[in-house]
Amino acid sequence: MMEKMIFGRYIPGHSFVHRLDPRSKLIFVFLFIVAVFFANNTATYAVLLAFTLLTILTARIRLYFLFNGLKPILFLVAFTLLMHFIFTKEGPILFEWKFIRIYEEGLRQGIYISIRFLVLVLMTTILTLTTSPISITDGMETLLNPLKKLKLPVHELALMMSISLRFIPTLMDETDKIMKAQLARGSDLTTGSLKERIKAVVPLLVPLFVSAFKRAEDLAIAMEVRGYRGGEGRTRYRQLDWQWRDTIALVIFGLLLIALLWLRS
Amino acid sequence: MDIVLQQVGYLYAKDSPFEKRALRDVNATIPSGSYTAIIGHTGSGKSTLLLHLNGLLKPSEGSVRIGSTLITSDTKGKALKDVRKHVGIVFQFPEHQLFEETVEKDIMFGPMNFGIPEEEARSRAHELIELLGLPPDIAQKSPFDLSGGQMRRVAIAGVLAFNPSVLILDEPTAGLDPRGRKEIMELFHRLHEEENLTTILVTHSMEDAARYADQVLVMHDGTSVLSGTPEDVFGKAEELASYRLGIPRSVRFQRDFETLTGKPLGQLALTEEQLAKEMAVVLKEAGGRK
Repeated sequence: MMEKMIFGRYIPGHSFVHRLDPRSKLIFVFLFIVAVFFANNTATYAVLLAFTLLTILTARIRLYFLFNGLKPILFLVAFTLLMHFIFTKEGPILFEWKFIRIYEEGLRQGIYISIRFLVLVLMTTILTLTTSPISITDGMETLLNPLKKLKLPVHELALMMSISLRFIPTLMDETDKIMKAQLARGSDLTTGSLKERIKAVVPLLVPLFVSAFKRAEDLAIAMEVRGYRGGEGRTRYRQLDWQWRDTIALVIFGLLLIALLWLRS
Repeated sequence: MDIVLQQVGYLYAKDSPFEKRALRDVNATIPSGSYTAIIGHTGSGKSTLLLHLNGLLKPSEGSVRIGSTLITSDTKGKALKDVRKHVGIVFQFPEHQLFEETVEKDIMFGPMNFGIPEEEARSRAHELIELLGLPPDIAQKSPFDLSGGQMRRVAIAGVLAFNPSVLILDEPTAGLDPRGRKEIMELFHRLHEEENLTTILVTHSMEDAARYADQVLVMHDGTSVLSGTPEDVFGKAEELASYRLGIPRSVRFQRDFETLTGKPLGQLALTEEQLAKEMAVVLKEAGGRK
């Protein structure tokens, strides 16, 4: 039932984007998110959109698959677009029908915000689609390492993140199984009033929580049994390796930023 | 209720990079009132097949007929709920589905969903608590305070509670101790006989398949490769071995006995009792000739 969800999923591959160091990808995406907010006119938004599409092509992700998986988010984008059409009332009226009036500014703002939103979601999805959760956490931990001086528990945070990422598919499977068991007992998740549907979630959530707590306890014990004592003095099996292509990625970002700053009004 | 599978195929995550074929060209007939065992190596598609038997999955190809309902890839959800009322599934580790505050309420969950009146559901719950050999005062306890074996029984009661005419069991005894195993299997057998259920048992235990089933279906690599009476199927040890399946202990013993003594037994010994009987016959004959 959830097999179409791709948000937060990883698809192994060998493209340029796949082979980048997680650190460069994380820095890239972080800076990109900031850079998105520099865009303020048609040219800059067009550049952002084109750049994102180019990244998707470089990562060799099938467009159909990507958009199919992001359907719920596309719905949200469409909703924002609609909201802007209705509520932004500036500039000349473009379209008028009974009480509906669409203003030029509403249209423009709607499209801009939608592109901004879409580009952000796409970029972060590309990050998770092309980077295994473990490399993301490794990268994150290395990047945050300097903050250890400020007594921030970097290793523990990274561990928490990797454990939660690790258990997302497990919990999804579990949900699917429990859902099937309750469906077989005649529970109905797709019909009825909102109240009935919310009530129908209880038979899913209770067993899910029970098993999640059990799992957490088992995991804690399994880790202690294997002598886990936190990050102090821990070495790594996977070494991160910054290569020429990582530098290129950041140079490309620099060029994008220059283009944005030059084109923005 | 007959169940007929015709050229059933199923693909997980269709049209995505994760697309994976789980079933292809599965053909099987499960007659009403029969006890069918489905055996197969891990990953042979048994569990996927079983989800088709009560409409939890719709076949990507081919059709599944359950009673008078025909399910194909474009059957709508409404018909499926109807099917589910008649086909109960006891999943692997069914205790994971418990969620209510009390055992009684949890058992009543299924029947209430299928529109059985509350009082009837309650009395059915109490009947089942007794039938499954649980202490009567358990009804008002929280299902999470019970032992593993008791939780299993409560969960099974939750499926039996809506009186399905077809009962599907997915390794119902996994993780139980030997005695609990036997009790549960005997219980299902008794229910099968008394309530005239159609029972479908998915199992890794060749012994259970041989002892209880009157029809065995062998799955391998996502398709049905062999079916017949337990005598037919377990008589083909070499073929089963090619599907990475064994034969019941009693049959293995019989084969060794026959090679060592050169004396064939009268028929295939599907259970230990049968084995003892057949051996007694052969040994008596041998003794008589002396």
